[in-house]
Amino acid sequence: MYDTSDIRKGLKVLIDGNPYNVVEFQFIKPGKGAAFTRTKFKNLLTGAVIERNIRSGEKLEPANVEEREMQFLYREGEDLVFMDQKSFEQVSVAADLIGEAADLMKDNLPCYVLFFNERPVDVTVPTFVFLEVTASEPGVRGDTSGNVTKPATVETGAEIAVPLFIKIGDMIKIDTRTHSYVERINKQ
Amino acid sequence: MIADAVRGRVIARDGDVVRVRTATGDVEAPAGDLRPGDLIDGGAVVRGPGGDYPGPDAEVARLDGRRLVERARAIAALRGFFAARGFVEVETPLLVRAPALEVHLTAVEAGDGWLITSPEYQMKRLLAGGLERIVQVCKCFRAGEHGHHHATEFTMVEWYRAWAGIEDILADTEALVAEVVTAVRGAPIARVGGRELDVTAPWPRLNVAEAMQRFAGVTVRGDEPADELARRVDAAGIDRGGATAWDDVFFAAFVTKVEPALAAMDRPVFLLDWPVRLAALARRKPGQPEVVERFEAYVGGLELANAFGELTDAAEQRARFADDLAHRAARGRPQYPVDERLLAALAEGLPPCAGIALGVDRLVMLATGAAHIRDVLTFTSDER
Repeated sequence: MYDTSDIRKGLKVLIDGNPYNVVEFQFIKPGKGAAFTRTKFKNLLTGAVIERNIRSGEKLEPANVEEREMQFLYREGEDLVFMDQKSFEQVSVAADLIGEAADLMKDNLPCYVLFFNERPVDVTVPTFVFLEVTASEPGVRGDTSGNVTKPATVETGAEIAVPLFIKIGDMIKIDTRTHSYVERINKQ
Repeated sequence: MIADAVRGRVIARDGDVVRVRTATGDVEAPAGDLRPGDLIDGGAVVRGPGGDYPGPDAEVARLDGRRLVERARAIAALRGFFAARGFVEVETPLLVRAPALEVHLTAVEAGDGWLITSPEYQMKRLLAGGLERIVQVCKCFRAGEHGHHHATEFTMVEWYRAWAGIEDILADTEALVAEVVTAVRGAPIARVGGRELDVTAPWPRLNVAEAMQRFAGVTVRGDEPADELARRVDAAGIDRGGATAWDDVFFAAFVTKVEPALAAMDRPVFLLDWPVRLAALARRKPGQPEVVERFEAYVGGLELANAFGELTDAAEQRARFADDLAHRAARGRPQYPVDERLLAALAEGLPPCAGIALGVDRLVMLATGAAHIRDVLTFTSDER
Protein backbone atom coordinates (compact mmCIF):
# COMPACT_ATOMS: atom_id res chain seq x y z
CA MET A 1 0.00 0.00 0.00
CA TYR A 2 1.13 3.56 -0.66
CA ASP A 3 1.10 6.38 1.88
CA THR A 4 0.41 10.04 1.03
CA SER A 5 4.17 10.62 1.29
CA ASP A 6 4.65 8.18 -1.63
CA ILE A 7 2.49 10.29 -3.94
CA ARG A 8 4.43 11.58 -6.92
CA LYS A 9 3.81 12.15 -10.60
CA GLY A 10 3.46 8.88 -12.47
CA LEU A 11 2.55 6.78 -9.40
CA LYS A 12 0.06 4.12 -10.50
CA VAL A 13 -2.78 3.34 -8.11
CA LEU A 14 -6.04 1.45 -8.08
CA ILE A 15 -9.22 3.46 -7.36
CA ASP A 16 -12.59 1.70 -7.42
CA GLY A 17 -11.02 -1.14 -9.40
CA ASN A 18 -9.56 1.08 -12.11
CA PRO A 19 -5.90 1.91 -12.71
CA TYR A 20 -4.98 5.59 -12.36
CA ASN A 21 -1.82 7.59 -12.84
CA VAL A 22 -0.95 10.59 -10.62
CA VAL A 23 -0.66 13.62 -12.91
CA GLU A 24 -0.50 16.43 -10.36
CA PHE A 25 -0.42 16.76 -6.58
CA GLN A 26 -0.23 19.49 -3.99
CA PHE A 27 0.39 19.29 -0.25
CA ILE A 28 -2.20 21.26 1.68
CA LYS A 29 -2.53 21.66 5.40
CA PRO A 30 -5.26 23.79 6.89
CA GLY A 31 -4.21 25.54 10.13
CA LYS A 32 -4.84 23.14 13.04
CA GLY A 33 -6.10 20.43 10.68
CA ALA A 34 -4.68 17.24 9.23
CA ALA A 35 -2.62 17.48 6.06
CA PHE A 36 -4.09 16.48 2.70
CA THR A 37 -2.55 15.77 -0.63
CA ARG A 38 -4.79 17.26 -3.30
CA THR A 39 -4.19 14.84 -6.14
CA LYS A 40 -5.25 14.67 -9.77
CA PHE A 41 -5.46 11.16 -11.15
CA LYS A 42 -5.84 10.12 -14.78
CA ASN A 43 -7.74 6.95 -15.54
CA LEU A 44 -5.33 4.85 -17.59
CA LEU A 45 -8.19 3.13 -19.43
CA THR A 46 -10.45 6.08 -20.28
CA GLY A 47 -8.16 9.12 -19.89
CA ALA A 48 -10.72 10.75 -17.55
CA VAL A 49 -9.14 12.95 -14.86
CA ILE A 50 -10.45 13.02 -11.28
CA GLU A 51 -9.36 15.03 -8.25
CA ARG A 52 -9.26 13.67 -4.71
CA ASN A 53 -8.07 15.08 -1.40
CA ILE A 54 -6.14 12.26 0.26
CA ARG A 55 -5.77 12.74 4.01
CA SER A 56 -2.42 11.92 5.61
CA GLY A 57 -2.72 8.40 6.97
CA GLU A 58 -5.00 7.20 4.17
CA LYS A 59 -3.63 4.39 2.05
CA LEU A 60 -3.60 4.00 -1.72
CA GLU A 61 -3.61 0.63 -3.40
CA PRO A 62 -0.87 0.09 -5.99
CA ALA A 63 -2.15 -0.82 -9.46
CA ASN A 64 -0.56 -3.73 -11.22
CA VAL A 65 0.25 -1.83 -14.39
CA GLU A 66 3.31 -1.95 -16.56
CA GLU A 67 4.24 -0.15 -19.74
CA ARG A 68 6.38 -2.13 -22.18
CA GLU A 69 8.05 -1.01 -25.36
CA MET A 70 6.83 -3.32 -28.14
CA GLN A 71 7.04 -3.41 -31.89
CA PHE A 72 3.99 -3.70 -34.14
CA LEU A 73 4.25 -6.91 -36.20
CA TYR A 74 1.10 -7.41 -38.25
CA ARG A 75 -2.64 -7.16 -38.29
CA GLU A 76 -4.70 -10.31 -37.78
CA GLY A 77 -8.39 -9.64 -38.40
CA GLU A 78 -9.58 -7.25 -35.69
CA ASP A 79 -6.40 -7.68 -33.68
CA LEU A 80 -2.97 -6.12 -33.93
CA VAL A 81 -0.01 -8.24 -32.94
CA PHE A 82 2.95 -6.71 -31.03
CA MET A 83 6.25 -8.18 -29.95
CA ASP A 84 8.46 -7.39 -26.96
CA GLN A 85 11.93 -6.75 -28.41
CA LYS A 86 13.68 -8.21 -25.38
CA SER A 87 11.64 -11.31 -24.52
CA PHE A 88 10.22 -11.86 -28.05
CA GLU A 89 6.87 -12.42 -26.35
CA GLN A 90 3.91 -11.60 -28.62
CA VAL A 91 0.52 -10.16 -27.66
CA SER A 92 -2.68 -9.48 -29.61
CA VAL A 93 -4.41 -6.18 -28.99
CA ALA A 94 -7.93 -5.34 -30.18
CA ALA A 95 -7.81 -2.63 -32.87
CA ASP A 96 -10.44 -0.50 -31.05
CA LEU A 97 -7.98 0.05 -28.18
CA ILE A 98 -5.77 1.88 -30.61
CA GLY A 99 -8.60 3.81 -32.20
CA GLU A 100 -8.05 5.96 -35.27
CA ALA A 101 -4.32 5.34 -35.41
CA ALA A 102 -4.83 1.61 -36.07
CA ASP A 103 -4.74 1.97 -39.84
CA LEU A 104 -1.57 4.08 -39.76
CA MET A 105 0.55 1.33 -38.27
CA LYS A 106 3.37 0.00 -40.40
CA ASP A 107 5.38 -3.13 -39.60
CA ASN A 108 8.07 -2.67 -36.92
CA LEU A 109 6.55 0.59 -35.60
CA PRO A 110 7.77 0.98 -31.98
CA CYS A 111 4.86 1.52 -29.53
CA TYR A 112 4.22 1.42 -25.78
CA VAL A 113 1.75 -1.23 -24.67
CA LEU A 114 0.16 -0.75 -21.24
CA PHE A 115 -0.62 -3.90 -19.27
CA PHE A 116 -3.11 -3.92 -16.39
CA ASN A 117 -3.16 -7.17 -14.42
CA GLU A 118 -1.02 -8.72 -17.19
CA ARG A 119 -3.60 -7.82 -19.87
CA PRO A 120 -2.89 -5.26 -22.61
CA VAL A 121 -5.29 -2.33 -22.08
CA ASP A 122 -3.82 0.56 -24.02
CA VAL A 123 -1.28 1.31 -26.74
CA THR A 124 0.65 4.55 -27.13
CA VAL A 125 1.45 5.06 -30.79
CA PRO A 126 4.20 7.53 -31.85
CA THR A 127 2.72 10.99 -32.45
CA PHE A 128 4.04 11.06 -36.02
CA VAL A 129 4.45 8.30 -38.59
CA PHE A 130 6.06 8.49 -42.03
CA LEU A 131 4.23 6.65 -44.81
CA GLU A 132 4.46 6.40 -48.58
CA VAL A 133 1.56 7.47 -50.79
CA THR A 134 0.45 4.50 -52.89
CA ALA A 135 -2.57 5.96 -54.70
CA SER A 136 -3.86 9.45 -55.41
CA GLU A 137 -5.49 11.27 -58.36
CA PRO A 138 -3.32 14.02 -59.86
CA GLY A 139 -4.29 17.52 -58.66
CA VAL A 140 -6.45 19.63 -60.96
CA ARG A 141 -4.26 22.22 -62.66
CA GLY A 142 -4.85 25.79 -61.56
CA ASP A 143 -6.76 24.87 -58.48
CA THR A 144 -3.92 25.53 -56.04
CA SER A 145 -5.24 28.36 -53.92
CA GLY A 146 -6.31 28.01 -50.31
CA ASN A 147 -6.45 24.74 -48.38
CA VAL A 148 -7.63 22.56 -51.19
CA THR A 149 -7.02 18.87 -50.54
CA LYS A 150 -7.58 15.55 -52.25
CA PRO A 151 -7.75 12.01 -50.88
CA ALA A 152 -4.64 9.84 -50.95
CA THR A 153 -4.07 6.25 -49.93
CA VAL A 154 -0.89 5.42 -47.99
CA GLU A 155 1.00 2.12 -47.81
CA THR A 156 -0.98 0.86 -44.79
CA GLY A 157 -4.24 1.34 -46.69
CA ALA A 158 -5.39 4.39 -44.72
CA GLU A 159 -6.94 7.31 -46.61
CA ILE A 160 -5.58 10.79 -45.78
CA ALA A 161 -6.51 14.22 -47.08
CA VAL A 162 -3.38 15.72 -48.69
CA PRO A 163 -2.49 18.92 -50.60
CA LEU A 164 -2.83 18.79 -54.38
CA PHE A 165 0.95 18.66 -55.06
CA ILE A 166 1.34 15.24 -53.38
CA LYS A 167 2.10 12.46 -55.87
CA ILE A 168 2.23 8.69 -55.75
CA GLY A 169 5.58 7.63 -54.25
CA ASP A 170 5.87 10.72 -51.97
CA MET A 171 6.70 10.12 -48.32
CA ILE A 172 4.43 12.08 -45.99
CA LYS A 173 4.41 12.80 -42.25
CA ILE A 174 1.09 12.04 -40.53
CA ASP A 175 -0.11 13.08 -37.06
CA THR A 176 -1.59 9.92 -35.48
CA ARG A 177 -3.63 11.93 -32.92
CA THR A 178 -5.62 13.75 -35.59
CA HIS A 179 -5.15 11.23 -38.46
CA SER A 180 -4.02 14.15 -40.62
CA TYR A 181 -1.30 15.14 -43.07
CA VAL A 182 1.52 17.29 -41.65
CA GLU A 183 4.12 17.69 -44.41
CA ARG A 184 5.93 16.05 -47.31
CA ILE A 185 9.27 14.48 -46.48
CA ASN A 186 12.13 14.76 -48.95
CA LYS A 187 13.49 11.34 -49.73
CA GLN A 188 17.18 11.00 -49.06
CA MET B 1 52.78 29.81 -13.68
CA ILE B 2 50.44 31.95 -11.57
CA ALA B 3 51.65 35.28 -10.32
CA ASP B 4 51.81 35.73 -6.55
CA ALA B 5 49.30 38.57 -6.67
CA VAL B 6 46.48 36.35 -7.97
CA ARG B 7 43.97 35.28 -5.34
CA GLY B 8 40.44 33.95 -5.72
CA ARG B 9 38.24 31.11 -6.81
CA VAL B 10 38.30 29.72 -10.32
CA ILE B 11 35.02 29.96 -12.18
CA ALA B 12 34.27 28.40 -15.55
CA ARG B 13 33.41 30.28 -18.67
CA ASP B 14 32.50 29.28 -22.18
CA GLY B 15 34.74 28.64 -25.12
CA ASP B 16 38.42 28.92 -25.79
CA VAL B 17 38.45 32.71 -25.88
CA VAL B 18 40.87 34.52 -23.65
CA ARG B 19 40.19 38.18 -22.97
CA VAL B 20 43.28 39.87 -21.70
CA ARG B 21 41.40 42.74 -20.19
CA THR B 22 37.76 42.57 -19.02
CA ALA B 23 35.28 45.31 -18.24
CA THR B 24 35.06 44.17 -14.62
CA GLY B 25 38.81 44.14 -14.10
CA ASP B 26 38.78 40.34 -13.70
CA VAL B 27 41.86 38.59 -14.94
CA GLU B 28 41.40 35.80 -17.43
CA ALA B 29 43.96 33.22 -18.41
CA PRO B 30 43.98 29.77 -20.02
CA ALA B 31 43.05 27.34 -17.29
CA GLY B 32 45.72 24.70 -17.76
CA ASP B 33 44.89 22.10 -15.16
CA LEU B 34 42.74 24.43 -13.05
CA ARG B 35 39.13 23.48 -12.54
CA PRO B 36 36.09 25.47 -11.50
CA GLY B 37 35.94 25.62 -7.73
CA ASP B 38 39.71 25.61 -7.22
CA LEU B 39 41.11 28.34 -4.97
CA ILE B 40 44.16 30.27 -6.03
CA ASP B 41 46.10 31.79 -3.17
CA GLY B 42 49.13 33.54 -4.54
CA GLY B 43 51.23 30.93 -6.25
CA ALA B 44 49.44 28.01 -4.54
CA VAL B 45 46.41 26.20 -5.90
CA VAL B 46 43.95 24.63 -3.47
CA ARG B 47 41.78 21.99 -5.10
CA GLY B 48 38.03 22.66 -5.02
CA PRO B 49 35.64 20.30 -3.23
CA GLY B 50 35.66 16.72 -4.44
CA GLY B 51 37.98 15.05 -6.90
CA ASP B 52 35.49 15.53 -9.72
CA TYR B 53 34.01 18.85 -8.77
CA PRO B 54 31.14 19.33 -11.23
CA GLY B 55 31.47 23.10 -11.50
CA PRO B 56 29.71 25.83 -9.59
CA ASP B 57 27.16 24.65 -7.02
CA ALA B 58 23.99 23.82 -8.94
CA GLU B 59 21.81 25.32 -6.22
CA VAL B 60 23.77 28.56 -6.30
CA ALA B 61 23.31 28.64 -10.06
CA ARG B 62 19.55 28.27 -9.66
CA LEU B 63 19.15 31.11 -7.17
CA ASP B 64 17.27 34.14 -8.36
CA GLY B 65 19.37 37.06 -7.13
CA ARG B 66 16.52 39.53 -7.54
CA ARG B 67 14.30 37.42 -5.27
CA LEU B 68 17.01 37.31 -2.60
CA VAL B 69 17.26 41.09 -2.63
CA GLU B 70 13.47 41.44 -2.48
CA ARG B 71 13.31 39.00 0.42
CA ALA B 72 15.91 41.01 2.34
CA ARG B 73 13.96 44.20 1.66
CA ALA B 74 10.70 42.57 2.88
CA ILE B 75 12.30 41.41 6.12
CA ALA B 76 13.92 44.80 6.72
CA ALA B 77 10.49 46.45 6.25
CA LEU B 78 8.94 43.92 8.61
CA ARG B 79 11.49 44.63 11.35
CA GLY B 80 11.06 48.37 10.79
CA PHE B 81 7.30 48.03 11.18
CA PHE B 82 7.62 46.51 14.66
CA ALA B 83 10.46 48.79 15.78
CA ALA B 84 8.32 51.82 14.90
CA ARG B 85 5.54 50.46 17.12
CA GLY B 86 7.69 49.91 20.18
CA PHE B 87 7.98 46.11 19.94
CA VAL B 88 10.96 44.41 21.55
CA GLU B 89 12.53 41.83 19.24
CA VAL B 90 13.25 38.67 21.22
CA GLU B 91 15.05 35.40 20.54
CA THR B 92 13.84 32.29 22.33
CA PRO B 93 15.34 28.78 21.98
CA LEU B 94 14.73 26.84 18.78
CA LEU B 95 15.85 23.60 20.44
CA VAL B 96 13.40 22.77 23.23
CA ARG B 97 12.42 19.99 25.65
CA ALA B 98 8.65 20.31 25.10
CA PRO B 99 7.50 21.09 21.55
CA ALA B 100 3.96 22.15 20.67
CA LEU B 101 1.35 19.44 21.30
CA GLU B 102 -0.89 20.50 18.43
CA VAL B 103 -2.38 17.29 17.08
CA HIS B 104 -1.43 17.69 13.43
CA LEU B 105 2.13 18.94 13.87
CA THR B 106 5.19 16.73 14.07
CA ALA B 107 8.36 18.24 15.51
CA VAL B 108 11.81 17.47 14.14
CA GLU B 109 13.87 15.55 16.71
CA ALA B 110 17.21 17.10 17.58
CA GLY B 111 19.59 15.67 20.16
CA ASP B 112 17.62 14.91 23.31
CA GLY B 113 14.91 17.43 22.39
CA TRP B 114 13.02 18.83 19.45
CA LEU B 115 13.15 21.87 17.18
CA ILE B 116 10.23 24.24 17.68
CA THR B 117 7.22 24.19 15.36
CA SER B 118 6.46 27.73 16.62
CA PRO B 119 7.97 29.89 19.39
CA GLU B 120 4.52 30.42 20.98
CA TYR B 121 5.09 28.67 24.34
CA GLN B 122 8.31 30.56 24.99
CA MET B 123 6.88 33.90 23.91
CA LYS B 124 3.86 33.53 26.18
CA ARG B 125 6.26 32.94 29.07
CA LEU B 126 7.91 36.26 28.24
CA LEU B 127 4.50 37.97 28.38
CA ALA B 128 3.97 36.44 31.81
CA GLY B 129 7.35 37.91 32.71
CA GLY B 130 6.04 41.40 32.04
CA LEU B 131 7.03 42.29 28.46
CA GLU B 132 4.09 43.96 26.71
CA ARG B 133 4.93 44.03 23.02
CA ILE B 134 7.24 41.36 21.68
CA VAL B 135 8.14 40.12 18.22
CA GLN B 136 10.32 37.28 17.01
CA VAL B 137 11.51 36.39 13.52
CA CYS B 138 12.86 32.85 13.55
CA LYS B 139 13.11 29.52 11.81
CA CYS B 140 10.50 26.89 12.67
CA PHE B 141 10.52 23.23 11.70
CA ARG B 142 7.62 20.92 10.87
CA ALA B 143 8.41 17.36 9.89
CA GLY B 144 6.81 16.00 6.76
CA GLU B 145 5.54 19.33 5.43
CA HIS B 146 6.63 20.17 1.94
CA GLY B 147 4.71 21.51 -1.03
CA HIS B 148 3.96 24.69 -2.92
CA HIS B 149 3.31 26.56 0.33
CA HIS B 150 5.18 24.38 2.83
CA ALA B 151 8.76 23.65 3.70
CA THR B 152 9.96 21.62 6.67
CA GLU B 153 12.23 24.51 7.67
CA PHE B 154 10.62 27.91 7.24
CA THR B 155 10.65 31.41 8.68
CA MET B 156 7.95 32.68 10.99
CA VAL B 157 7.25 36.03 12.53
CA GLU B 158 5.27 35.91 15.75
CA TRP B 159 4.16 38.95 17.72
CA TYR B 160 2.20 39.40 20.91
CA ARG B 161 0.52 42.29 22.65
CA ALA B 162 -0.30 42.19 26.37
CA TRP B 163 -3.27 44.20 27.64
CA ALA B 164 -4.67 44.00 24.14
CA GLY B 165 -7.16 41.94 22.16
CA ILE B 166 -7.59 40.28 18.82
CA GLU B 167 -8.78 43.55 17.20
CA ASP B 168 -5.33 45.06 17.78
CA ILE B 169 -3.72 42.06 16.06
CA LEU B 170 -6.13 42.29 13.12
CA ALA B 171 -5.11 45.93 12.65
CA ASP B 172 -1.39 45.08 12.93
CA THR B 173 -1.71 42.32 10.32
CA GLU B 174 -3.45 44.46 7.68
CA ALA B 175 -1.00 47.30 8.16
CA LEU B 176 2.08 45.03 8.19
CA VAL B 177 1.21 43.21 4.97
CA ALA B 178 0.41 46.47 3.15
CA GLU B 179 3.69 48.02 4.37
CA VAL B 180 5.89 45.05 3.44
CA VAL B 181 4.31 44.59 0.01
CA THR B 182 4.71 48.33 -0.63
CA ALA B 183 8.37 48.21 0.42
CA VAL B 184 9.06 45.54 -2.21
CA ARG B 185 6.67 46.49 -5.01
CA GLY B 186 6.21 50.22 -4.53
CA ALA B 187 2.45 49.86 -4.01
CA PRO B 188 0.20 47.77 -1.72
CA ILE B 189 -0.59 45.40 -4.57
CA ALA B 190 0.41 41.77 -3.97
CA ARG B 191 0.96 39.29 -6.79
CA VAL B 192 -0.53 35.83 -6.43
CA GLY B 193 -0.76 33.17 -9.13
CA GLY B 194 -0.37 35.78 -11.86
CA ARG B 195 -3.12 37.95 -10.32
CA GLU B 196 -2.80 41.29 -8.59
CA LEU B 197 -4.46 41.73 -5.22
CA ASP B 198 -5.06 45.00 -3.39
CA VAL B 199 -3.90 44.47 0.21
CA THR B 200 -4.79 47.94 1.52
CA ALA B 201 -6.39 47.92 4.99
CA PRO B 202 -9.08 47.31 6.15
CA TRP B 203 -9.57 43.74 4.91
CA PRO B 204 -13.01 42.13 4.57
CA ARG B 205 -14.01 39.76 7.38
CA LEU B 206 -16.02 36.56 7.43
CA ASN B 207 -16.76 34.26 10.30
CA VAL B 208 -16.18 30.53 9.89
CA ALA B 209 -19.85 29.57 10.23
CA GLU B 210 -20.83 32.13 7.56
CA ALA B 211 -18.09 30.92 5.21
CA MET B 212 -19.04 27.23 5.65
CA GLN B 213 -22.70 28.06 5.05
CA ARG B 214 -22.10 30.25 2.03
CA PHE B 215 -19.39 28.29 0.22
CA ALA B 216 -19.98 24.69 1.34
CA GLY B 217 -23.68 24.78 2.20
CA VAL B 218 -22.89 23.21 5.57
CA THR B 219 -24.19 24.50 8.90
CA VAL B 220 -21.49 24.38 11.59
CA ARG B 221 -22.14 25.33 15.19
CA GLY B 222 -19.05 23.78 16.68
CA ASP B 223 -20.72 21.79 19.42
CA GLU B 224 -22.53 19.21 17.25
CA PRO B 225 -21.41 15.57 17.35
CA ALA B 226 -19.06 14.41 14.57
CA ASP B 227 -21.63 12.08 12.97
CA GLU B 228 -24.16 14.92 12.79
CA LEU B 229 -21.60 17.14 11.00
CA ALA B 230 -20.74 14.21 8.70
CA ARG B 231 -24.44 13.88 7.73
CA ARG B 232 -24.59 17.58 6.84
CA VAL B 233 -21.39 17.35 4.77
CA ASP B 234 -22.77 14.30 2.93
CA ALA B 235 -26.08 16.09 2.35
CA ALA B 236 -24.14 18.97 0.76
CA GLY B 237 -22.68 16.46 -1.71
CA ILE B 238 -19.10 16.84 -0.46
CA ASP B 239 -16.76 13.82 -0.56
CA ARG B 240 -15.31 13.50 2.94
CA GLY B 241 -13.10 10.57 1.90
CA GLY B 242 -14.17 8.33 4.77
CA ALA B 243 -13.35 10.93 7.46
CA THR B 244 -15.21 10.42 10.76
CA ALA B 245 -13.47 12.63 13.36
CA TRP B 246 -15.10 16.06 13.80
CA ASP B 247 -12.07 18.05 12.65
CA ASP B 248 -11.40 15.76 9.65
CA VAL B 249 -15.02 16.07 8.51
CA PHE B 250 -14.89 19.85 8.97
CA PHE B 251 -11.67 20.19 6.97
CA ALA B 252 -12.87 17.88 4.19
CA ALA B 253 -15.59 20.47 3.50
CA PHE B 254 -13.29 23.40 4.24
CA VAL B 255 -10.49 22.48 1.83
CA THR B 256 -12.85 21.40 -0.96
CA LYS B 257 -15.23 24.35 -0.85
CA VAL B 258 -14.16 27.20 1.41
CA GLU B 259 -10.45 27.51 0.65
CA PRO B 260 -10.94 27.63 -3.14
CA ALA B 261 -13.66 30.28 -2.68
CA LEU B 262 -11.37 32.39 -0.47
CA ALA B 263 -8.56 31.93 -3.00
CA ALA B 264 -10.78 33.31 -5.77
CA MET B 265 -11.58 36.53 -3.84
CA ASP B 266 -9.92 39.68 -5.15
CA ARG B 267 -9.13 40.92 -1.64
CA PRO B 268 -7.42 39.40 1.39
CA VAL B 269 -9.89 38.08 3.95
CA PHE B 270 -9.90 37.48 7.69
CA LEU B 271 -11.69 34.32 8.77
CA LEU B 272 -12.85 34.76 12.38
CA ASP B 273 -14.63 32.92 15.18
CA TRP B 274 -13.36 29.36 14.82
CA PRO B 275 -15.30 26.45 16.33
CA VAL B 276 -14.13 25.62 19.85
CA ARG B 277 -12.93 22.20 18.68
CA LEU B 278 -10.26 23.99 16.61
CA ALA B 279 -9.28 26.28 19.47
CA ALA B 280 -5.62 25.36 19.94
CA LEU B 281 -4.35 28.11 22.29
CA ALA B 282 -7.26 30.52 21.84
CA ARG B 283 -9.69 31.57 24.54
CA ARG B 284 -13.44 31.19 24.24
CA LYS B 285 -15.25 34.20 22.89
CA PRO B 286 -17.09 36.03 25.68
CA GLY B 287 -20.86 35.52 25.26
CA GLN B 288 -20.40 32.92 22.48
CA PRO B 289 -18.75 29.90 24.13
CA GLU B 290 -19.00 27.55 21.08
CA VAL B 291 -16.44 29.66 19.20
CA VAL B 292 -13.00 30.94 20.11
CA GLU B 293 -11.09 34.17 19.56
CA ARG B 294 -9.04 32.96 16.65
CA PHE B 295 -8.59 34.30 13.13
CA GLU B 296 -6.75 33.31 10.02
CA ALA B 297 -5.65 35.65 7.26
CA TYR B 298 -6.06 34.36 3.68
CA VAL B 299 -4.51 36.24 0.79
CA GLY B 300 -5.17 34.92 -2.70
CA GLY B 301 -5.36 31.33 -1.49
CA LEU B 302 -2.33 31.59 0.77
CA GLU B 303 -3.06 30.96 4.43
CA LEU B 304 -0.81 33.69 5.72
CA ALA B 305 -1.35 33.90 9.47
CA ASN B 306 -3.13 32.47 12.47
CA ALA B 307 -3.97 34.56 15.55
CA PHE B 308 -5.44 33.96 18.98
CA GLY B 309 -6.96 35.92 21.78
CA GLU B 310 -4.62 33.95 24.01
CA LEU B 311 -5.84 31.42 26.53
CA THR B 312 -4.44 32.54 29.91
CA ASP B 313 -6.19 30.04 32.18
CA ALA B 314 -3.67 27.44 33.41
CA ALA B 315 -6.29 24.83 34.33
CA GLU B 316 -8.01 25.00 30.94
CA GLN B 317 -4.64 24.95 29.19
CA ARG B 318 -3.65 21.79 31.12
CA ALA B 319 -6.95 20.14 30.15
CA ARG B 320 -6.41 21.04 26.46
CA PHE B 321 -2.88 19.64 26.55
CA ALA B 322 -4.25 16.36 27.97
CA ASP B 323 -6.87 16.35 25.23
CA ASP B 324 -4.24 17.01 22.54
CA LEU B 325 -2.08 14.17 23.86
CA ALA B 326 -5.08 11.81 23.81
CA HIS B 327 -5.83 12.80 20.20
CA ARG B 328 -2.18 12.36 19.27
CA ALA B 329 -2.18 8.89 20.81
CA ALA B 330 -5.42 7.95 19.02
CA ARG B 331 -3.86 8.94 15.68
CA GLY B 332 -0.57 7.22 16.40
CA ARG B 333 1.36 10.49 16.48
CA PRO B 334 4.47 10.92 18.63
CA GLN B 335 3.90 11.89 22.27
CA TYR B 336 5.77 14.90 23.68
CA PRO B 337 6.30 16.15 27.22
CA VAL B 338 3.87 18.81 28.47
CA ASP B 339 5.53 22.24 28.79
CA GLU B 340 5.28 22.62 32.57
CA ARG B 341 7.15 25.93 32.37
CA LEU B 342 4.39 27.41 30.25
CA LEU B 343 1.71 26.07 32.63
CA ALA B 344 3.62 27.51 35.60
CA ALA B 345 3.81 30.89 33.86
CA LEU B 346 0.06 30.84 33.20
CA ALA B 347 -0.58 29.90 36.84
CA GLU B 348 1.65 32.76 37.92
CA GLY B 349 -0.53 35.13 35.90
CA LEU B 350 -0.58 36.14 32.27
CA PRO B 351 -2.23 39.48 31.42
CA PRO B 352 -4.98 39.42 28.79
CA CYS B 353 -3.12 39.22 25.50
CA ALA B 354 -3.34 38.37 21.83
CA GLY B 355 -0.76 37.10 19.40
CA ILE B 356 -0.19 35.82 15.91
CA ALA B 357 2.10 33.67 13.80
CA LEU B 358 2.64 34.78 10.21
CA GLY B 359 4.58 32.86 7.55
CA VAL B 360 7.39 35.11 6.37
CA ASP B 361 8.17 33.03 3.28
CA ARG B 362 4.53 33.24 2.20
CA LEU B 363 4.57 37.01 2.79
CA VAL B 364 7.64 37.21 0.56
CA MET B 365 5.79 35.11 -2.04
CA LEU B 366 2.98 37.70 -2.04
CA ALA B 367 5.45 40.55 -2.34
CA THR B 368 7.46 38.94 -5.17
CA GLY B 369 4.81 37.00 -7.07
CA ALA B 370 6.60 33.67 -6.48
CA ALA B 371 4.37 30.65 -7.17
CA HIS B 372 6.32 28.15 -5.07
CA ILE B 373 7.83 28.61 -1.60
CA ARG B 374 11.05 27.13 -3.00
CA ASP B 375 11.40 30.25 -5.14
CA VAL B 376 11.85 32.47 -2.08
CA LEU B 377 14.03 30.11 -0.02
CA THR B 378 17.77 29.67 -0.26
CA PHE B 379 19.10 26.13 -0.69
CA THR B 380 16.02 23.98 -0.24
CA SER B 381 17.33 20.49 0.06
CA ASP B 382 14.04 19.06 1.31
CA GLU B 383 12.14 19.64 -1.91
CA ARG B 384 10.77 16.61 -3.64
